[in-house]
Amino acid sequence: MASLTPASGTELSPRAAIAVALPVDRTQARTSSLWRDGVRRLLRNRLALAGGIVIVLLCLIAIFADFLAPLPYTKTNFGRLNEAPSRAYPLGTDQLGRDLLSRMIYGARVSMLVGLGAQVVIVLIGVPIGALSGYIGGRTDLFLTRFVDVMYAFPRLLFVILVMSMLGAGLTNIFIAIGLTGWVGIARQTRAQVLALKEKEFVDGARALGAGFGRVLGRHVMPNALTPIIVAVTFGIPEAIFTEAALSFIGVGINPPTPSWGQMVGEGQQYIRSYWHLCVFPSIAIAVTMLSFVFFGDGVRDALDPKLK
Amino acid sequence: MTRSGDLLPNRSDRADRATAGGFPLFQFALARVLWLVPTLLAMALVTFLVMHATPGSPLDPVSEGANPLSPEAQKNLAKYYGLDRPLHEQFVIFVSKAVRGDFGNSFVYKTRTVREILVETFPISLLLGSMALALAIVGGLTLGVLASIYQNRMWDYVSVSLATIGVAVPNFVLAVFLIILFSFVLPLFPTGGWDSPRNWVLPTVALALAPMGIIARFTRASMLEVIRADYTLTARAKGLGEIPVIFKHALKNAFIPVVTLLGPMFAAVGTGSFFVESIFRVPGMGRFFVLSMTGRDYPMIMAVVLTYGAFLAVMNLVVDLLYGILDPRIRY
Repeated sequence: MASLTPASGTELSPRAAIAVALPVDRTQARTSSLWRDGVRRLLRNRLALAGGIVIVLLCLIAIFADFLAPLPYTKTNFGRLNEAPSRAYPLGTDQLGRDLLSRMIYGARVSMLVGLGAQVVIVLIGVPIGALSGYIGGRTDLFLTRFVDVMYAFPRLLFVILVMSMLGAGLTNIFIAIGLTGWVGIARQTRAQVLALKEKEFVDGARALGAGFGRVLGRHVMPNALTPIIVAVTFGIPEAIFTEAALSFIGVGINPPTPSWGQMVGEGQQYIRSYWHLCVFPSIAIAVTMLSFVFFGDGVRDALDPKLK
Repeated sequence: MTRSGDLLPNRSDRADRATAGGFPLFQFALARVLWLVPTLLAMALVTFLVMHATPGSPLDPVSEGANPLSPEAQKNLAKYYGLDRPLHEQFVIFVSKAVRGDFGNSFVYKTRTVREILVETFPISLLLGSMALALAIVGGLTLGVLASIYQNRMWDYVSVSLATIGVAVPNFVLAVFLIILFSFVLPLFPTGGWDSPRNWVLPTVALALAPMGIIARFTRASMLEVIRADYTLTARAKGLGEIPVIFKHALKNAFIPVVTLLGPMFAAVGTGSFFVESIFRVPGMGRFFVLSMTGRDYPMIMAVVLTYGAFLAVMNLVVDLLYGILDPRIRY
């Protein structure tokens, strides 16, 4: 595969010459696996690379929010309410005189946490259900696919809002709500993969060698079904971030005073005529984050599965 | 490349089920309509369970610290509203009332029934949604076709970046930018309200951008495939100009996969309207939904969820049937 792409070809050619002479070196040539090829293709995609850099920066901001934020996000200053950006407050202050920049920095933490955390829940629910449904087949499969179909018919965001209204606002509840609704897509995809893979000869081979149910599924089928799952996860992250922002926007997401970008836009847009900065800066943050993840996701998809393009 | 199977892989198993009888299309339609019933029932069950799993009871005093009602009064009220019956009976009553459009009184607007509010607000949301959908389809197709004709040239980049922004950026964020740009920087349109067609422009655009981006992306992809197909080459070879080739031959075929998107698009427009309507102060169902969320107006929430759910399920059904009519190669 690597030899087909011009750049990797030139890179490998001196080594390939040695490889012909020395059979020991064959392992070297073989290391250009799907993953290494994928990473190389991803790094060559400039938009995806830019997206990836922004994502890394956002993660660093989220991790080191305590050091980066000039003020605690709850620190109020009632002398300076709704102030436009100034030297003391680079992005201005909000309705309670809190520093907008600090609140945005802590908001990154919520967004990243929800984006990654929700994916963990989704994968933990969706992948086993999809894999079992596809592998066992028969009545189990029929039951599970029917269930998935009904879940699929339910408008996603509507369902999340409904669950949140039941559980109440809060970070853990957002994980639960997004996880409960989000696993459906990934379960469908895993099922389709497993369904196709379980008919392959290498699976028969593994079974013939005496591998049990768990070993066949875990060691032989699932590693080969990984690519679409990874792609689904990279696209699931921005979706989860969007869902959190949307929930917080209408007031059923993150509990105040914890800052969330969606909540800041929701509160700020009521004063958009007088204090534009209240909703514009968090809006930019959401837009940049979403775009970065989408560019990165596109890059990952193209890199791991060129056929999908 | 088997034709009907390749367009949509999951159709083939449906085809197996439906072609057993004499009238495939009719049978398929009937099966799909019958499937609506369990789907809607499941939705109703979920909403009902959510309603009853929530802590607190409608009989609790409204204001905090107020004296609770006497046990007799509570008992009478519970009997009056049917709350003393077992849950499964209550569910049957809830469904049989919901079927007739009776969702009870709103908790927040106490003098009005949920039905009255829905009758008043649904047409507004429908108008906004239809306008947004029309704009999304026209704009998305235009962008997609332009991008495919001028592949890897300026128009392609313009429309792909517009499409990406539409897909990636949440509509409430887009709405904020639209207000800043077209109400403050260039004072062309009002920031909200629903009085005159001038008020309609910004909410429609904000709501349309996401589905427009989806359509543009898909149209581009499917046009690129169609343009390289043999029949397009034939059309060119017999001397047709660029415009008839694109519109009569390519677009007609490229449009078919785009039709499948209509289902998810209805959902995007439907749920998107919550945010757009509340930012632009549009007195539609979406805005009432958001207000009822913050006011914990449970009958309202249930009614809106079920209305949206039913509407989307019916629209998905229509799209599925339309798909078969548009593309005669698809057999059920």
